[in-house]
Amino acid sequence: MIYDYLVAPFVEFGFMQRALAGSLMLSAGACPVGVFLMLRRMSLAGDAMAHAILPGAAAGFLLYGLEILPMTIGGLIAGVIVALGAGAVSRFTIQKEDASMAAFYLISLALGVLIVSLRGSSVDLMHVLFGTVLALNDEALTLIATIAGTTLLLLAVFWRALVAECLDPLFLRSVSRLGTPVHFIFLGLVVLNLVGGFQALGTLLSVGLMMLPAAAARFWTTRVEPMCALALAIGFASCVAGLLMSYHYSLPSGPAIILSAGVVYLASILAGPRGLLRSRVRHQRHRTA
Amino acid sequence: MTDACLTFRDLTLGYGSHPAVHHLNGVVRKGSLTAIVGANGSGKSTLMKGVVGVLKPMAGTAVKAGGARIAYLPQQSELDRTFPARVVDLVSLGLWPKRGLLGRFTADDRHAVSRALAAVGLEGFEKRGIDTLSGGQLQRALFARVLVQDAEIILLDEPFNAIDAKTVVDLVALIKRWHGENRTVMVAVHDLDLVRAHFPETLLLARRPVAWGLTAETLKPDNMLKARRFEEAWLDDAPWCETDEHAHGDGHDHAHDHHSKVA
Repeated sequence: MIYDYLVAPFVEFGFMQRALAGSLMLSAGACPVGVFLMLRRMSLAGDAMAHAILPGAAAGFLLYGLEILPMTIGGLIAGVIVALGAGAVSRFTIQKEDASMAAFYLISLALGVLIVSLRGSSVDLMHVLFGTVLALNDEALTLIATIAGTTLLLLAVFWRALVAECLDPLFLRSVSRLGTPVHFIFLGLVVLNLVGGFQALGTLLSVGLMMLPAAAARFWTTRVEPMCALALAIGFASCVAGLLMSYHYSLPSGPAIILSAGVVYLASILAGPRGLLRSRVRHQRHRTA
Repeated sequence: MTDACLTFRDLTLGYGSHPAVHHLNGVVRKGSLTAIVGANGSGKSTLMKGVVGVLKPMAGTAVKAGGARIAYLPQQSELDRTFPARVVDLVSLGLWPKRGLLGRFTADDRHAVSRALAAVGLEGFEKRGIDTLSGGQLQRALFARVLVQDAEIILLDEPFNAIDAKTVVDLVALIKRWHGENRTVMVAVHDLDLVRAHFPETLLLARRPVAWGLTAETLKPDNMLKARRFEEAWLDDAPWCETDEHAHGDGHDHAHDHHSKVA
C-alpha cells in the first residue's frame, strides 16, 4: 500500500524518474543559493530575476520553437544583463539594489511580454511561464545536472568569501579584493539556477524552489551550514511530495512542488524554534543567570 | 630616524569632488601609537579607509612599508548582526590574511582563535550567536578578530563608541599590548581624557590636518580652537583647489573651502 503510493510511480514510469532526477538536481543548486539570497535580504530579487530572464527565453522560443538550448542561452543572456546592470548600479552609484533591480527587471519583463505577443499564442506563453517537469528530455536533464554541478562547485570554492561578504563586507574589502567579484559570481549563480529551473517549473515558479526551502530553514537553525543542508532537505522532500501529488491527483507538477514547499514554510513559521509559537511562549520559570 | 610604517604625501581623500581629508603630509613611525581626533565629519574614518585602500585617493599617496599587513576595525554599523554566525565564526574571519579563500584552518588556527577570545574576556562565548551579544561583547569579539589577524598595522575606527567603562579599560589594555609588541596602531577617539592618558601621539583632523605630534602639544587650546572652527559642511560652489605650495602627484583638481575661518 505504502509502496504503491510512494515508490511505485517512480519505479514504473520513466517520465516520473526523469522528473524526480531533474527536480532533485534543481534543488541541489537552487536551495543553497536561495539561503544566501535570503541572508543578503535579496529574497525578492530572485523573483525579479525570474521575470528578467523572460525576454531571453521568449526570444529563443520565437526563433527556434520549444527548444531547450536556445531558450536557455537567451534566458541566461537576459538574466546576466539584468544582474550585471542592477548590480553595477547598486555598487557604483547611490541607488540601492532593490530599486535598480526593480527598474531593470520591469524593463526586461515588458520586453519579454512584447516578444511573446509578436508571434506566440497564449499556449506558448504558458509553456514559458509554467514549464513541464513531466516532460524533461535528456538535453534538459544534462543541462540541469551541469548547472547544479557548477553551482555546488562555485559555492564550495567561494564559500568563505560569500559568508564574509554577507557578514561584514567592509572587513572583506580590507583584507581581499574578492568582494565585488564574489557579488557578481553569486548573482550569476542566481540567474543560472533560475534558467535551469524554467524548463521544469517555468520562469515564475523556479524561484519558489529557490526561496521557500531557504525561508523555511531560517526558522530552524542559527548557522549557515546547517541552514543550507536543511533547505536542501526541504527542497528534496517538496519535489518528491509534489510529484507524487501530481501523479495521484492529476495536478500540474510545478505548482504541486512549490505548494509542498509552501506547506513546509507555513509549518516552519508555526513550529520552528525561531518561529511564531516558540518565540511567543512565555517561560514560567527563569534561570539565575 | 626610526622606520616609517606609513607615509602620507599630499594625501587628499574625499567624495565626489569634495575633499574630506585635505593635503595630509607626514610619517607614521613603526611601533607608534597614535590617536586620531576630530569632530564628526572631520575625516577620521575617511583617512582610515584611504589607508586600508577601500577609498582611492583623489590626489597624493598613502604608502605603507613593504609587506606590512593591516588589520582594520570599521565602525560597527557595517556589520550584519542578524547574519546566522557564531562568535567563533566572526573571529575566524581574522584568519583570512593567513589562510585566504581556500586554506584549511589548522589546529593552531583554532588555538589562536581561542586564545584571542580568552584575551578579550570572551571565554565560553565561542558558540554563542552574534545576534545574542551586547554591544560591548560584540566589540570585544571584533578586537579578538584583530588579534587573530596578527597585523603590523592596526587601525581602529571609534572602537569605544557606546562601550561601557570596564570594557573600554580592557580594550585600552589590549591596544597598549599591541603597542608594546611594536605594532603600529592608529585609533580614532572622541574622549580627549582617554587620549591624553594613553596615547603618546595625536593627529588632529578638521577635514585637513590641524596638528600632528606629541599628544600634549597637539591638543593645546589654540589647536583645538582651530579645529573647532572648521566648516563641517562642504560648499557646493567652493573654488577649485589649485595651490602652488602643494606638489600634486597627478595634478588632480578638487574643490575645498577656502572660506574656513581658520587663521
